Amino acid sequence: MTDKKRTPARRAAFLGAMTALALILSYVESFVPMPLPGVKLGLANLVAVFVLYREGVLRAAGVSLIRVLLSSLLFGSTVSLAYSLAGAALSIAVMACLRRTDRFSPLGVSIAGGVMHNAGQIIVCCILLDTAAVAAYLPILTVSGAVAGVAIGALAALLLSRIPKK
Amino acid sequence: MKKKLLWDAALLLLCLCLAGGFLLWDALGRAEGAVAVVSVDGVEVARYPLDVPCEVVLHGTDGENVLVIEDGCAFIREADCPDKVCVRTGKIRWEGETIVCLPHRLMVRIAGGEGGVDG
Repeated sequence: MTDKKRTPARRAAFLGAMTALALILSYVESFVPMPLPGVKLGLANLVAVFVLYREGVLRAAGVSLIRVLLSSLLFGSTVSLAYSLAGAALSIAVMACLRRTDRFSPLGVSIAGGVMHNAGQIIVCCILLDTAAVAAYLPILTVSGAVAGVAIGALAALLLSRIPKK
Repeated sequence: MKKKLLWDAALLLLCLCLAGGFLLWDALGRAEGAVAVVSVDGVEVARYPLDVPCEVVLHGTDGENVLVIEDGCAFIREADCPDKVCVRTGKIRWEGETIVCLPHRLMVRIAGGEGGVDG
């Protein structure tokens, strides 16, 4: 590791690896049984938080976008694409804003991300089904998103402090 | 770093309070439902009174869901959708509660009685 320059090739390789990792994590997650519909761990958010802190908003959004497109293409449907896209977009946007305020640690940023991911999905569900009735899931999904956000955020903070910057 | 963790905690607390408040508001306002309203793609297709036990096959946009009405509750017993979220949602009985099958664009919502006014 004598060459510490952040060459474009190095960066592309890193982001590619991150995208692949996020894709695998979201696949693995589909095997984890969850007690309630819509409740998720959001393992892929770990990658989103990590890339957000190391490479900035644009690259984190790119990694998330490609991850969502690929996982919908491979394991999901067009409906699940609209769903995940909205969740991921809202989550990344809010996380980027909170990070910019420099008030929160990765833990807080990840909590907001988890909550917003679920909120985005509920919004799409409301639009697709043309009803506000599904908003009744909001409290459950807010709590589960926050809890998942704490777990993912703690993990992300650990990774960010242990994995050296290059 | 400590200060940041405080902000994190405040954020977490805010989320939990919002959820709690919403839940409380929801619980206080809930009333016994009278009828299960089925809609596909946002358009109402059928109504089943909750006091008449029955089992019907609902046709969504892309498949079928078996709706069962029993003991004043409605639930989906079987479905050929990929995620089975509708089946796992379980029984619903309170006004405003819903079962949603997104792949089939199908929704079952509990409405109150009183002249069938839409809640």
